[in-house]
Amino acid sequence: MREEISDMSEDDETGERARWAPDLSKNRSDDSDSGPGPPIGDSPPPFSDQVLENVLENVLEFLTSRRDRNAASAVCRSWYRAEAQTRRELFIGNCYAVAPHRAVERFQSIKSVVLKGKPRFADFNLVPFGWGAQFEPWVKSFGAAYQHLERICLKRMSVTDKDLTIIAESFPLFKDLTLICCEGFSTLGLAVIAERCRHLRVLDLIEDYLEDEDDEVVDWISRFPETTTSLESLVFDCVTCPFNFDALERLVARSPSLQRLRVNHHVALEQLRRLMARAPQLTHLGTGTFRSEVGFGEVDPNLDLVSAFGASRSLVCLSGFREIEPEFLPAIYPVCANLTSLNFSFANLTAEELNPVIRQCHNLQTFWVLDSVGDEGLRAVAESCRDLRELRVFPLDPTEDSDSSVSDIGLQFISEGCRKLRSILYFCQRMTNAAVVAMSKNCPDLVVFRLCIMGRHLPDRITGEPMDAGFRAIVMNCKKLTRLSVSGLLTDKAFEYIGCYGKLIRTLSVAFAGDSDGGLRYVLEGCTRLQKLEIRDSPFGDASLISGLPFYYNMRFLWMSSCNLSMRGCKEVARNKPNLVVEVIRDVVEEEEEEIEAVEKLYLYRSLAGARTDVPAFVKIL
Amino acid sequence: MSVETERSSTESEVSGLDYEETALTLRLPGGTSRVAGSEPDRKRGFSETVELGLGSGAPVGTRGVGSTDDQSDESPESQASVAEKPPAPKARVVGWPPVRSFRKNVMKSCKLVKVAVDGAPYLRKVDLEAYTGYHQLLTALQEMFSCFTLRNYPDEERKLVDPVNGTEYVPTYEDKEGDWMLVGDVPWKMFVESCKRVRLMKSSEAVNLAPRAQHS
Repeated sequence: MREEISDMSEDDETGERARWAPDLSKNRSDDSDSGPGPPIGDSPPPFSDQVLENVLENVLEFLTSRRDRNAASAVCRSWYRAEAQTRRELFIGNCYAVAPHRAVERFQSIKSVVLKGKPRFADFNLVPFGWGAQFEPWVKSFGAAYQHLERICLKRMSVTDKDLTIIAESFPLFKDLTLICCEGFSTLGLAVIAERCRHLRVLDLIEDYLEDEDDEVVDWISRFPETTTSLESLVFDCVTCPFNFDALERLVARSPSLQRLRVNHHVALEQLRRLMARAPQLTHLGTGTFRSEVGFGEVDPNLDLVSAFGASRSLVCLSGFREIEPEFLPAIYPVCANLTSLNFSFANLTAEELNPVIRQCHNLQTFWVLDSVGDEGLRAVAESCRDLRELRVFPLDPTEDSDSSVSDIGLQFISEGCRKLRSILYFCQRMTNAAVVAMSKNCPDLVVFRLCIMGRHLPDRITGEPMDAGFRAIVMNCKKLTRLSVSGLLTDKAFEYIGCYGKLIRTLSVAFAGDSDGGLRYVLEGCTRLQKLEIRDSPFGDASLISGLPFYYNMRFLWMSSCNLSMRGCKEVARNKPNLVVEVIRDVVEEEEEEIEAVEKLYLYRSLAGARTDVPAFVKIL
Repeated sequence: MSVETERSSTESEVSGLDYEETALTLRLPGGTSRVAGSEPDRKRGFSETVELGLGSGAPVGTRGVGSTDDQSDESPESQASVAEKPPAPKARVVGWPPVRSFRKNVMKSCKLVKVAVDGAPYLRKVDLEAYTGYHQLLTALQEMFSCFTLRNYPDEERKLVDPVNGTEYVPTYEDKEGDWMLVGDVPWKMFVESCKRVRLMKSSEAVNLAPRAQHS
């Protein structure tokens, strides 16, 4: 079962150790998750050792977990070499933490690469265009070294059509291309992939931004080979330009292994029906839109739709539903009971429209929805989806002072009904500590808790108090919590609790919170497993930044924007920690060389590669 | 007749809020379709940039190098969102709430309709989703065709008047069923949902349109 996009944000196997565990090497940098090791190029071992190594290699073939592999590689030189020979998947959580040539020299038989680039706040326009994370140097290194590469998965990288061409030309066995939140390529690059990767099984384009001018769109769908394909997954809902539907229909018809298909919004229900008829074996379907292409009352595709869904016995995951015309929703009733995943987060539905559908989705484990369904809609979810593991409630109107129809009441419902909840992302305008506390007690399995109260600095809507108490309960009671996003009015106390109880937290997101340096200090000193810390618009200054010096090598990165940092503090960090890359990012480049003391954006990360050489003018590496 | 005088004379009729909204919104000459967000997938796809109507396509709030639009760096988001709602009490900030551009662009949808004016040789397009009510829309229409003034009549009919010859125009629209209706008769959201195109019809010709003549 492939990992869904939500898995991608949680690096389950980090290979990172707890901070205070005995460490084999002081300057260990784990971003390539490759562990420490002897310098490359020492003399070959004697014959008997070589035999042992071969035996070891056979054993290590079975080791798949990154964490285990890193541990194995640290035992001794022999194990280091054996592990390097047998590693098949390369995971690089920060593309600037290690140079491509170094990764390629150490691991020579890689079949699968996962590579991440820009910091997450790039998704919210905080990282200027042109910052970096180019895939080019990587694809060139891989192209030269990895003949057997089958899979590439990129997140937040800048990928060009030329890079895609290099992929198509370099890897004869290539099977799986997954691009998440990437940009820089176009339908031209897609056409090259389609045409030349004859063994392609997976082409998943998830929330990418394509560079397509309206008149330069390429008919990439037509470029897949005319013979039967081995396609298993084709996801392109983020490709906004129109495509050749007839070609897609023919492609689906000659792809007997196709299990996952997510089309873009240029597909109406009449066309969807045709696609479903060609692929009744689908397990995952993204409908694009969910509207009829004709006007009201002209043709009733309902009957055909119902039988189309009725024939899709294998469907477990539905998404799409853009521009939804709710009168067609009953068509999906036949599959509701089988669904484990349902994404309504682009469907503007009311509670009344949601109700009859959700009532039948007893087996739902993942549910994404818009806050248009309101607290009442969430009540229905809570009553119907007892097995729910992941819930995401997005705002219909994603502006700060919008009216949201969900509140603490909806959260309370969910906490009472969905006891097995592991992951929640909840946008709202009104929240209470009581509801958050209730969730912490009712849902002890929570691993991910992300609450976004959209109005800044909003307190408990009933008591008027800060939201400290709610988050305190979360970190105290949810003992498996590894990812936390906080919001609302928060004092330093909240961070004291997080530092005190949030011992497993790896990813922490903070915005418009805290009172003073103390807040950040608590977190840096207390959260011993912290890997990724992203902070914006919070009153943390140089003193708190410097207090984290002992810990930054154990983290993947720290992002701080619109805080109280200055060049003095950042330079001190850079001076003290040579293996940290300290980037100061500016929005506007001053013509004069005169340096501004205040630091608007700081991005620091550990690295084996030192300062990168592809820095744009608005980035200064200290 | 100067556009400025026209505008100031309508200030008393147009609420101060509305004037601010239209005044702040940057537009290229004749480029109203950009304001309306007709290219939601423009470079970077940032809704903020699209609504500013800047031609370069680079995200104003985030472009680092050599931005020629520095002065608009101050609050692109506040300007962008202004067209959607009455101005917020706080200045907007970049990237808050933390919703990805992809999602914002999808939800923005885009209800583009053509606007024709009797006697004018050209059409314009507006994005109905960019407005929160009739007043905003009519003000925008008035701006767009720049030769009208907006007048509110006591019985709440809204008319646009060409001050040169005193001709009154009545905003009408064609709904999904093909009927021509008076703009303003149904609740705003229903209007956005059902409107296919808009026509500014001369009052004299609009007599056949029955007000409030629609099905439930």
